[in-house]
Amino acid sequence: MKRLTKNTLAYAVSITAAMSAASSFAETQITVATVNNGHMIEMQKLTPQFEKANPGIKVKWVTLEEGVLRQNVTQDIANKSGLYDVMTIGMYEAPIWGERGWLQAVDTSGNYDANDILPSIRGGLSYKGTMYAAPFYGESSMVMYRKDLVKAAGMEINDRDSWEHIRDVAAAVNDPSKGIYGICLRGKAGWGDNMAFMTAMANSFGARWFDENWKPQLETKEWKDAVTFYVDLLTKYGPPGSSSNSFNESLALFNEGKCGMWIDATIAASFVTDPKQSKVADQVGFAQSPISVTEKGANWLWAWALGIPAATKNADAAQKFVRWATSKEYIQLVGNTNGWAAVPTGTRASTYQNPKFQKAAVFAEAELKAINSANPNDSTLKPSPYVGVQFAAIPEFQAIGTTAGQMISGALAGSMTVDQALKSANKSADRQMRQAGYY
Amino acid sequence: MTLNQQRKLKTILTGLFAWTIALVLFFPIFWMFITSFKTELQAISIPPTLFFEPTLENFEIVQERSDYIHHAWNSVVTSFGATILALIIAIPAAYSMAFFPGKRTKDILLWMLSTKMLPAVGVLVPIYILCRDYGLLDSRTALVIIFTLMNLPIVVWMLFSYFKDLPKEILEAARMDGATPWDEVVKVVMPLSVGAISSTALLSIVLCWNEAFWSLNLTASEAAPLTAMIASYSSPEGLFWAKLSAASTLACAPIVIFGWFCQKQLVQGLTFGAVK
Repeated sequence: MKRLTKNTLAYAVSITAAMSAASSFAETQITVATVNNGHMIEMQKLTPQFEKANPGIKVKWVTLEEGVLRQNVTQDIANKSGLYDVMTIGMYEAPIWGERGWLQAVDTSGNYDANDILPSIRGGLSYKGTMYAAPFYGESSMVMYRKDLVKAAGMEINDRDSWEHIRDVAAAVNDPSKGIYGICLRGKAGWGDNMAFMTAMANSFGARWFDENWKPQLETKEWKDAVTFYVDLLTKYGPPGSSSNSFNESLALFNEGKCGMWIDATIAASFVTDPKQSKVADQVGFAQSPISVTEKGANWLWAWALGIPAATKNADAAQKFVRWATSKEYIQLVGNTNGWAAVPTGTRASTYQNPKFQKAAVFAEAELKAINSANPNDSTLKPSPYVGVQFAAIPEFQAIGTTAGQMISGALAGSMTVDQALKSANKSADRQMRQAGYY
Repeated sequence: MTLNQQRKLKTILTGLFAWTIALVLFFPIFWMFITSFKTELQAISIPPTLFFEPTLENFEIVQERSDYIHHAWNSVVTSFGATILALIIAIPAAYSMAFFPGKRTKDILLWMLSTKMLPAVGVLVPIYILCRDYGLLDSRTALVIIFTLMNLPIVVWMLFSYFKDLPKEILEAARMDGATPWDEVVKVVMPLSVGAISSTALLSIVLCWNEAFWSLNLTASEAAPLTAMIASYSSPEGLFWAKLSAASTLACAPIVIFGWFCQKQLVQGLTFGAVK
């Protein structure tokens, strides 16, 4: 009887132990929503390494088109659906969603080394000092130009050239009969398309989106000067159909050797210098964005970051994944696996200090300089109440920016004058701000 | 010109016109197909290249990155599931409307069709919240229900327009022989309408297969059909035309092959009813 009791007890203990072991190995599945950008695809490929290091976690990927991703994750987070555990968001969403309590703060404790993250990027992803999304890769804007064409035209391009000089170079290089256009710029309407570029350019002309009382400022002289210059420059020296070009279209044109200059996201540097993609890979030079009256806000700042929705049921696993994907070790892993020219840039100071990266990425110095010079908290010459360089981090901006983008794209296409475009854009912005109760 | 010559000329001109229209309609598919065998640089080159060394690299990338079978299976389940469900509802509905029309039958039919005029995005939030509350987000069940409701008006209309042309005497004869309404539908109406039902089903399957709005909004990873897989190849920062074309070719292939085999029924279906 005693033996039976002993055996029963032993069985009970072993069953309990087995059950607890099973429950501790129960798999947690996290769903990560992202966009189809090269660095994200690499992250997807390297995820098995994360799963190997964290045996209880399985990662599922959902890759979406940027607009759809924005719509889906907003829907998910606003309705607290808990469909995604980690979502790729931008610098625009992070502070707004952080303020609303839609995101969990990123766990920066332990060996994560948050101080290594570039201050401007960290600031742009934070609300009241708390980081709500961890930067996966960051970017600013800069001038990319064809050294051969510019030299042949007897010109040169330097950091912070004046816009007038850029126009002169564009004029000298422009040769449509040979299929070469002086300058390629974004023209396609959208707050993240033409307005990202246009806002940075307007900032350098001394413009701002809103005054201290949140009144839209699109009808001011600074905006008129900037937009008039932009329309004139692209109409005279840009490729035909510029009003429908955004990043990818300009990238295609530049890689085909059809642009003398291109001012756009620094991430493009890795594409235009890649001989597999670009016909002019060995002829590309870099310079800091041009200015008119001020350097403030002359180049934009953006980061693709990983955020964790407050409604997630797998917060621990999600935090682990975010910390892994945005760590120094991850960058090291990509460098060792795919080469140092392929690492996600624009997030950590240590990346730029790495001699292997410095050697592999010809654009490293220019990119870091551009990112460091952008300050989302002080991006306009005159005081402004908003955070953000090429956008204002308020929920109303998407609609306001897109409407303004449509008007300016219309002015570029010749369907209206610059004055008409800015007047309509300002009127629409005023209506939106009034309805939202800013004044 | 003799009458015979005139007739010949008319035939040639009609043929030429039909071929032109067919080629214009077919061109985007042809272009998608050949782009899928290009490199990214060839895919964006201006002027476009027609002759090039084909590569299977894009298909390899799509296979490597996406679980094609998983997405295709979701497409099959949702398309066929929704079509079968729609037919189960629509056949009795169309039968009663065609053979026992009431005062308001026409109004009901028009009202049903009018629901197709509402932009889908108008009901996105309520449907999303319903799906969330019933735990149906990212499930094939949600897509089957939505696709059924989405195609129901068209399915009812197509079947109604065919059923109403069936001679009523046949049904009367069946009734004389003691057939119940169930027998009438299953043993008389359905066997007489195999062509109409199959072409309606085919159209419904194609519409479900191509549906992207609800698929993208209500699914994430588990229930995402092929349309969601295609959408994942568009990139805001990077070249993607060749890979997108390869994904689209793979997504279109099953339904094109299926349509090819069923084209007889499809043509029959498109020509029956009011314009017969």
